Amino acid sequence: MEFLNTIFSSTANEALVNVIYILSSALFIVGLKMLGSPETATKGNLISALGMLIAVVVTLLDQSVTNFQWIFVAMISGALIGAIAALKVEMTSMPEMVAIFNGFGGIASLLVGSAEYFLSGTDSLGILIPIFLTVVIGGITFTGSIIAYGKLSGRMNGNPVLYKGQQWINGLLFLLLLFFGIEMVANQGFIFTLNWQILAAIICLSFLLGVLLVIPIGGADMPVVIALLNSYSGLAACAAGFVIQNNVLIVAGALVGASGLILTNIMCKAMNRSLGNVLFSGFGAVVPAGTSAEEQGEVKPIVAEDAYLILEAASSVAIVPGYGMAVAQAQHAVRELGELLEENGTTVEYVIHPVAGRMPGHMNVLLAEANVPYDQLIEPEDINPIIESVDVCIVIGANDVVNPAAREDDESPIYGMPIIDVDKAITTFVLKRSMASGFAGIENPLFFKTNTRMLFGDAKDSITALVSEFKN
Amino acid sequence: MEPTFILLLFVLVLSVFLGFELISKVPSTLHTPLMSGANAISGIAIVGAILTSRIELVDFEITFILGMAAVFFATINVVGGYLVTNRMLSMFKKK
Repeated sequence: MEFLNTIFSSTANEALVNVIYILSSALFIVGLKMLGSPETATKGNLISALGMLIAVVVTLLDQSVTNFQWIFVAMISGALIGAIAALKVEMTSMPEMVAIFNGFGGIASLLVGSAEYFLSGTDSLGILIPIFLTVVIGGITFTGSIIAYGKLSGRMNGNPVLYKGQQWINGLLFLLLLFFGIEMVANQGFIFTLNWQILAAIICLSFLLGVLLVIPIGGADMPVVIALLNSYSGLAACAAGFVIQNNVLIVAGALVGASGLILTNIMCKAMNRSLGNVLFSGFGAVVPAGTSAEEQGEVKPIVAEDAYLILEAASSVAIVPGYGMAVAQAQHAVRELGELLEENGTTVEYVIHPVAGRMPGHMNVLLAEANVPYDQLIEPEDINPIIESVDVCIVIGANDVVNPAAREDDESPIYGMPIIDVDKAITTFVLKRSMASGFAGIENPLFFKTNTRMLFGDAKDSITALVSEFKN
Repeated sequence: MEPTFILLLFVLVLSVFLGFELISKVPSTLHTPLMSGANAISGIAIVGAILTSRIELVDFEITFILGMAAVFFATINVVGGYLVTNRMLSMFKKK
């Protein structure tokens, strides 16, 4: 009996809980490592989920936890909603799905920080400062993600919203937040005397700042924003870890924060722009007064029958998808065309630019959904050195990532951005709805090159037309 | 500064470096599953959400509501995040 008492005494219980948190952190680390390779990724995700499961179970077994019935109600309803959303979502809607899940992570941390603010009643700086950070980062993540969700799902106009003095207003809001932060930490009652008033002010300001920080960012820059919000949701959880002095939150939150930052950096590099430029420049709002279309020559349209004849004779084809492929839901038709070309003895490769689409890896997911094997997907630097020998490049709904102005025109806003040099291929087909310019509003000289042929129309219809040409 | 805080900060710094080491080698094919998988991990806030119920409160209304809402949102994040990542990864096939 003595022995059992020791095991179930509260200190032993606490030690056991902490040992299991260490195990859970280790599982997250191993899981993330295994997510780094396609062969082990599925298993890695399961291992990380196992880490989460044991962390949750051991927390529920903590002797001090009460309110079980309500916790279960909240968990079961959350699990149902999460599961239905995850299983129902279309692969083309994945960017907005990831955005909204980021937002839920942010609001959860905000709520934890707020509850702890009332519960702990502490005056320790080591806890009050993290409470402030949890609420601010969580709040910005939440409303920022909702705006990103709105822009990505088309419920909101995706264009940048710009107005005079935007940076000043954001700066002012930030200073106000800092002021209330000091008020919260110092607990002096400069304006508000009650805890809930200070907290409410901080929450409102963070929500507002989240909205204002994301509205000036255009749809084409969303890969950067999603990666950054991903990082924030991790940092919010990490700050919450300091509030409740719990290592597993700090480790897990820091891992997510780091991974989001790395992705953000990769996306910025792929556009040759700084993070500051992406976040604050309102890129794509103004159409730069560049050389007009008339000066650039004439576009040469082509019909599906003629395009088929060229493809039929080609020995190598590179397919370059962009956001337009996602919009037209053309990925399955593209895979079918790719297979027909291969049956015809043509080498087919898919070239994916890191920022093609609306989130990091967007095109890879869509093509995977359409059963394109991932070893057929290559990166721009794999094909650019040999692109002169490629017979046909098929550009499907991509624009800025194949714009030679990035290489040739130092006046262009995208000058210096690494692109896929499709203009150097022997022939390039551009599938496009109309002659409107890309999301960044920049003229694309590719359309006027002598080796470029424009296949106008909906991307899915055009590809389907090519497929039926092959089948006849 | 309290010793606990320093200890937690120590854990934070090491985890950040570990995170950078782990992620910097992920191929671009896996960027989306990596992001949504990492997002599911950030749902670890669920542990903090459950622990808000650790005190038997006399007047529990506001913290109780905040805590349960936190459990609810964190669970959506965790369950949805892991499932959607699994669904995506199951589509990645080699030739």
